[in-house]
Amino acid sequence: MSSTSTAAAVAETPQRLRGRDAVQQYIGKKMSGAEIFLHALEAEDARVVFGHPGGAVIHVYDEMARVKPNFQHVLVRHEQGGTHAAEGYAKATGQVGTVLVTSGPGATNTVTGIADAFMDSVPIVVFTGQVPMPLIGNDAFQETDTLGVTRSITKHNYLVRSPDDIPRIVHEAYHLARTGRPGPVVVDLPKDVLMAEGVFQFDDEIHMRGYSVPDECDEIRLHRAVRMIEKSQRPLLYVGGGTINSNAAEVLTEFAHHLNIPVTTSLHGLGAFPEDDPLSLGMLGMHGMWWANQAVQHADLIIAVGARFDDRVTGMVDRWAPHAAIIHIEIDKSCISKNIYADLAFNADVKSVLEQLRPLVKPKKVKRWLNNIQDWRDECPLTYADDGELRPQYVLEKLRAKSGGDAVVCTDVGQNQMWAAQYLKFTQPRTHITSGGLGTMGFSLPAALGAGFGLRAYGIDKTVISINGDGGFMMNAQELAVAAAHGIPLKVVIMNNNFLGMVRQWQELFHENRFSHTDLTDTNPDFVQLARASRCAALRAERPDQVDEVIEKAWKINDRPVVMEFRVVKEEMVFPMVPAGKSSDEMITSRHAPETFV
Amino acid sequence: MNEEAITLTPQQLIRKRAAGEPVEPGGPPQSQQHIINVLVENSMGALIRVVNMFSARGFNLDSVTVGVTEDSTISRMCIVTRGNDRVISQIIRQLNRLVDTIAVYDVTGTDFVERELCMIKVRCTGAKRSEVLQINEIFRGRVVDVTPDILALEIVGPTRKVDAFVNLMRTHGIEEVARSGRVAMQRALQPAGSEI
Ligand SMILES: Cc1ncc(C[n+]2csc(CCOP(=O)(O)OP(=O)(O)O)c2C)c(N)n1
Ligand SMILES: [Mg+2]
Repeated sequence: MSSTSTAAAVAETPQRLRGRDAVQQYIGKKMSGAEIFLHALEAEDARVVFGHPGGAVIHVYDEMARVKPNFQHVLVRHEQGGTHAAEGYAKATGQVGTVLVTSGPGATNTVTGIADAFMDSVPIVVFTGQVPMPLIGNDAFQETDTLGVTRSITKHNYLVRSPDDIPRIVHEAYHLARTGRPGPVVVDLPKDVLMAEGVFQFDDEIHMRGYSVPDECDEIRLHRAVRMIEKSQRPLLYVGGGTINSNAAEVLTEFAHHLNIPVTTSLHGLGAFPEDDPLSLGMLGMHGMWWANQAVQHADLIIAVGARFDDRVTGMVDRWAPHAAIIHIEIDKSCISKNIYADLAFNADVKSVLEQLRPLVKPKKVKRWLNNIQDWRDECPLTYADDGELRPQYVLEKLRAKSGGDAVVCTDVGQNQMWAAQYLKFTQPRTHITSGGLGTMGFSLPAALGAGFGLRAYGIDKTVISINGDGGFMMNAQELAVAAAHGIPLKVVIMNNNFLGMVRQWQELFHENRFSHTDLTDTNPDFVQLARASRCAALRAERPDQVDEVIEKAWKINDRPVVMEFRVVKEEMVFPMVPAGKSSDEMITSRHAPETFV
Repeated sequence: MNEEAITLTPQQLIRKRAAGEPVEPGGPPQSQQHIINVLVENSMGALIRVVNMFSARGFNLDSVTVGVTEDSTISRMCIVTRGNDRVISQIIRQLNRLVDTIAVYDVTGTDFVERELCMIKVRCTGAKRSEVLQINEIFRGRVVDVTPDILALEIVGPTRKVDAFVNLMRTHGIEEVARSGRVAMQRALQPAGSEI
């Protein structure tokens, strides 16, 4: 492996090649279930395991000390942090993230991260300890029905009944997590199975008759697509996170350029198409660009690529894109025609469909359409006040200038997340990591930790920035010390508005300024002290003229995390905004124009 | 109300029709009953996942039967559910999405045979008893247990027939009803049916 590689190259490299060779020496050997498990992880080339020990998995940790497997174990300080770290690892590298926890509370602490990975199609495998098989069902100490609890938030889950089954099940779990529409898989490991002796076997073939990856892309569909594209006068590409999961960002960009079609992305699609490109409309939806939503409402053809028409994208579905025929390219069939009917669907891998379609279509002449879009851009640009107060958008613009877009940015949930999506102008895939579907506060910091480990494990040289609100930061702040202990040089930003800002925004707009339980002034800690107590560097800015200096200083610290607290205006709002349940052409564009801008 | 219907764009009309939704606001909901056969891995987990999916996603589940097939590693579930076209296609896709699901067949609208078994205890003596036995005869039911004042009957047939029988028995005083739920199979000479 070269010392630095690109994220795209890493994501496209099959993960297991190295792993499979590493375990040849153990095949046919007798050993404990716990040791079999460690080698099964090696076989999958799980380079980093985020874990926390406990009684049910104590034998695994014991064998880890004895066998010294070839992966790095990172002791997280809360299992939820572990699952988000695995998500960050997976999203930054395109490889499967791995979590190991004990039974009962260890397992239940992972639930939020599993649900998050399920909603956002993140490939992670979570190994949970379980009480010994004979005790299952007896309300034993630290027993939880982990399969039952995680059933509806996993792509699949397993209970392992024999040590001999471990390598097959681990292999299937990684295969399921990674292929098709990626997602979380849980493997429940009873303590007696880990203690029992078994034989290590490894079969690279997958035998699962109920599972296959769809590939519905044929001549007829391709020609229908060509006709629809040829006929259209106002075409639009709507790009989602599936494009990045399919490693298709480059192919998509080329496709859009070749066709001369404008591109708007969902929150998870950010980075799939360079936002500094003239054809980029940025994000659409609830807090998307006004012109992007206008384009949607006027388009006569929308090509949805690896996207699922989430309600934060469509608003009121009945009134979304009323003139557009829909071509939907999507690996998960259950997403096709779920919210918006697809006139033509390719239930197949995004990259493969775009590659087949590309040579069949001719460039579009859509000057008038592009001019319309330009007019919308001029009519309602993205702005914020420049009045000497410290505003989050200003901080983000400065961060963008410093990183030049060549950083992995993990954002939390709330206003900070939406401003980051609006102002950071993403240009590369796998550089924007956020909790979109579940909207999990406390996601950013542990995800950034995981991304940092992932980049390190694969030799990708990029800065990792974690953007947080003051509310969400406190939900997994314990992981700061983990980043510090491992010298992961995260740039941690806290946009401190002393409020649960996004809820405050809704209270101001829709609940007559009753700021019920959203003021954090009395419960926020001194973030600088908190950071220093966690062995991190810490800086603070309270005025716009301090921002540059803080950022400059922060970028010079490369041996540990640095926390930057920005004391921003608490009343700042995220605009434009489609109120929940309203149509995409009813956007509120400023506090002073609450009558909708149609 | 009708005004809104008129303002629908052609594309919106296409979407509504495809979903099986009423084109005019307030029009009749176009919900239909469907019988869906699902072949799954013969394990408890597979069964629970299927049923769990229905509750997690808020789909209707009118009845479920399950039993092993000619291959002892595969179970067949017969699911009776309701919904408009969009909902039914979602159900089928969500079923297929489960890793333990081997195949899904919507037998509705194909040529199929369906049966349900029902056992019913009726309290009856004297003249009433012979009347119950007569009805039982007409429905080709069987007597499975007799006590001085209770007859236990078994009847097999399409669900409509079972419904009719149970309704007739109501007037005679039903003590207890146990119904198996439907099973359905496509007729011979058809291959497995159209797999979805
Ligand atoms: C775990 C969790 N609890 C509650 C919410 C609801 N929620 C969404 S945004 C938000 C406010 C977040 O406040 P903060 O982290 O300070 O970010 P800001 O909006 O101020 O940038 C809340 C409470 C959530 N998304 N996640
Ligand atoms: Mg806040």
